[in-house]
Amino acid sequence: MKKNVVKSIVAIGIGAALFFVLGRFVAIPSPVPNTNISTQYGLLAFLACVYGPVVGALAGLIGHALIDFSYGWGIWWSWVIASAVFGLLVGLFSLKKKTVASLNISQVIAHAIAWIGVAPVLDIVMYAEPVDKIFLQGAVAAVANIVTTAIIATLLLLAYNATKPKAGSLKKEK
Amino acid sequence: MIKFEHFSFKYTAQADYTLRDINLTINDGEKVLIIGPSGCGKSTLLNCINGLVPFSYDGTIEGSLTVDGKETKDLSIFELSKIVGTVLQDSDAQFVGLTVAEDIAFALENDCIPTEELKRRVKEIAKLVNIESHLEHAPTDISGGQKQRVSLAGVMIDDVKVLLFDEPLANLDPETGKTAIELIDSIHKDTGVTEIIIEHRLEDVLWRDVDRIVLMGDGKIVLDTTPDELLSSDALIKHGIREPLYITALKYAGVEITPSMLPHSIDTITLTDEDIAKVKEWYLKTETEKEEEKEVLLQVRDIDFTYKNDRNGASVHHALDHISFDVMKGELLAIVGRNGAGKSTFSKALCGFERIDSGKFIFKGEDMAPLSIKERADRIGYVMQNPNQMISKVQIFDEVALGLRTRNVPEDEVERRVNDTLKICGLWEFRNWPVSALSYGQKKRVTIASILVLEPEMIILDEPTAGQDYYHYTEIMNFLEEINSRGVTIVLITHDMHLMLEYATRGIVFADSKVIKDSTSYDILTDRDVISRASLKETSLYNLALKCGLNDTKGFVEHFISFERRVRND
Amino acid sequence: MTNIFNYIDRKSPIHNLTGATKFVCLLLWSFAAMVTFDTKILALLPVVSFILFGLSKIKLKDISFLLVFTLVFMVMNNVLVFLFSPMHGTELYGSCTEICKLWGNNYLTVEQLWYHLNLVLKYFSTMPIVILFISTTEPSEFAASLNKIGVKYTIAYAVSLALRYIPDVQREYHEISLAQQARGIEMSSKENIVKRLKSASAILIPLVLQSLERIDVITNAMELRGFGKNRKRTWYRSRKFTKADIISMIFCGALLLLSIGMNIYNGSRFWMPHF
Repeated sequence: MKKNVVKSIVAIGIGAALFFVLGRFVAIPSPVPNTNISTQYGLLAFLACVYGPVVGALAGLIGHALIDFSYGWGIWWSWVIASAVFGLLVGLFSLKKKTVASLNISQVIAHAIAWIGVAPVLDIVMYAEPVDKIFLQGAVAAVANIVTTAIIATLLLLAYNATKPKAGSLKKEK
Repeated sequence: MIKFEHFSFKYTAQADYTLRDINLTINDGEKVLIIGPSGCGKSTLLNCINGLVPFSYDGTIEGSLTVDGKETKDLSIFELSKIVGTVLQDSDAQFVGLTVAEDIAFALENDCIPTEELKRRVKEIAKLVNIESHLEHAPTDISGGQKQRVSLAGVMIDDVKVLLFDEPLANLDPETGKTAIELIDSIHKDTGVTEIIIEHRLEDVLWRDVDRIVLMGDGKIVLDTTPDELLSSDALIKHGIREPLYITALKYAGVEITPSMLPHSIDTITLTDEDIAKVKEWYLKTETEKEEEKEVLLQVRDIDFTYKNDRNGASVHHALDHISFDVMKGELLAIVGRNGAGKSTFSKALCGFERIDSGKFIFKGEDMAPLSIKERADRIGYVMQNPNQMISKVQIFDEVALGLRTRNVPEDEVERRVNDTLKICGLWEFRNWPVSALSYGQKKRVTIASILVLEPEMIILDEPTAGQDYYHYTEIMNFLEEINSRGVTIVLITHDMHLMLEYATRGIVFADSKVIKDSTSYDILTDRDVISRASLKETSLYNLALKCGLNDTKGFVEHFISFERRVRND
Repeated sequence: MTNIFNYIDRKSPIHNLTGATKFVCLLLWSFAAMVTFDTKILALLPVVSFILFGLSKIKLKDISFLLVFTLVFMVMNNVLVFLFSPMHGTELYGSCTEICKLWGNNYLTVEQLWYHLNLVLKYFSTMPIVILFISTTEPSEFAASLNKIGVKYTIAYAVSLALRYIPDVQREYHEISLAQQARGIEMSSKENIVKRLKSASAILIPLVLQSLERIDVITNAMELRGFGKNRKRTWYRSRKFTKADIISMIFCGALLLLSIGMNIYNGSRFWMPHF
């Protein structure tokens, strides 16, 4: 087996653990009462950008499924899959370019597809909920996630890039 | 068993060779210690033997390395792992199973061994390392020493012929470290396996005999000899390795160390009457310093705290049991005790991270109870063990400025204060560097600077020198001494006995959630009762004093410390 | 381990089933509840799940906080649906039995109330079985189970790693956040949203960068012990299927068939008696 496979497996496991902890315990109060801001998508976008689409998709899938399990309200498969799709898309878009700009463009597209396209499906199929309510919820989620991802994923990527110094670029100043 | 011949290795990303022309033979059944300062290539050497080089780390290999008669270049990492087992330094990372039993079984699971046999083998090996009563425990429920034993069991289950230990003492308290060295030794004796230990804490490893010591420096083998020969040479000091304290003391006294004295342990070393006379003479002429009276900065009064873990409050842990002591202004104080004795809980309670059940912290006469975390931080700074856990900014300047900016200090004042602090901390010339370009010791300075900039009167440091070699250890501690001399009170939380002995003027000993001793460091380290209760280790100076017929062991240690401080400050 | 998944260790026939069985049953059951809006099935499933709860010796107080979470969520969702589309039931069932006028062109209808009843029953058909699953399945058996039902072992092990390192990540997050708070970083609602996110980053950046390093070390540790060398692996925790396992899976399969069968028999997913 190629060596990258094991690293990807570990990245999925640790990525899912981070996703879980951020999604489950890191509550940043938002201006809307009773809703918290999900920081985990900023993390997922960053991981997908660094480790690729497979890690992005599976870390999102496992992390989100574990969150649902821990709340005990049943697994909301379509939302779980939407997290996976988001990780997958950002990973795919980032295969060639890993810049702040490309990451942000891809996260906007991926969030739109995931929350307005994928996530509502099960609510419609399973609960036969009104379509306009579902899409409005999806749109609100997409916008909120785009804003948080833009800040968090960008800062993470900048910090990560800075850990790889360019040789010969540093001089002591007097 | 293992043979390096004109072996060199260069990482792809680096310009210079990390290992250069290594010639080393390790025979079947030998127990070899490899020492050397950080960056000398000893970890790379280890990774060559277990196959991580070149499997996981790309690079150029020259020369030959054979393990068990086979050229490693021709083996896969999986084939090598059947011959060589590695116990990594980070036992949390090595523990990948959800329970002890699963982790021990991991290697055999990957070999597709049937479940029934897995259970039988796990039981067998667990008994060997004395962990069989914890098989169903999760990694969060066992101690660091136990985790290390699980790691050992997890590699021994493969019936390997070679065991590699990467800094096995790095994260253990003195007593647990002693037990670890004993276990490594008994496995060597019982199974006849070849053992290679990498460590820079020489005196602690020599608690049990090793056959040979290989000293590395700058990618090369400097010396490959017996412990007795090595301790008789001056190679250790030259290559930044700390000598055993009793050796240092003997050298201060002018005693010449020769291999025939068997200096590898304080128990075996033989001293002539002449040597003993020299030690006594040195003891008598060394003067000690008088401590001047200091005023009280922080009064800790009757602090009591209980962890209530469960939602239902089911499992409780009485972590601080009526703690009282004083911290004096301008002193350098050490809080010592084994892991879990209450040291960290104490610092968390002091910083306001945990709410105490009863008692008072009185800082300069003011009760700290109503103060928020942030307000307490303006008085008492807290520096975490691992600088990587604190650094969140790309640029050094911004990192140090962070605390001021969140306090809305005007930007021109931020600039002035940050620049002043950077100068004090010796970071001025790096001010525009990214933090990531710094060494571990420099990062540690950055985190200390980011606390100092808030101008606290006291700072608490959690294990400031953990995992550092002697050179970096000295660098960090000299820096702290300098800050201390500028009037900042420093409290160190540590289980490093050398650290307490050499730098702290006073020590507070925690054991089982209580303070069991509050005294000078030489008094603590010569008190057998306190040492055993707090899982500390007595200093070999104590035994040296006895050996020389000096009954005032405390006085002897005190004289040594004064002498050592003077040497250091010259 | 801080028991985030609420596993409750008791001796019961449900606990004795293998993790793989319980996972398959959970999936079959969820599908059975998902495909239909037949009220009789939706009423049957909760009744059966309550019987299973009795068998499992899990008590109401063991899981009360999970229930509260879910009930709050359910009520909020119902209220939201009603406010958004009070006429939604009429669209679904194709009839309109008005009770009284609400606002605009909206009426309170029997169909709408029937729809809400079904929605509530849906929650009660799926939720108890998930709670039952998590409180009777040991987390460490879960990875072995996934592999047993056909998930690749590498992926199954990724799940196991996630479960293994969640407590570590949680502890590290907590420690970093305390140290940053001491430097004055706050995430409270006193600050504006962008500032709060930046504060969060001051914790996330060290946490994530540390985790990336950890990924490398764990990878080495696993490779040194032969992970990934074969196409298969065995599991310390795996257990053989017993008769009870087979019976349970057949039973849940039958529920799914019944549910699909009723849809075909009714000629639609939706079913409402004529009042």
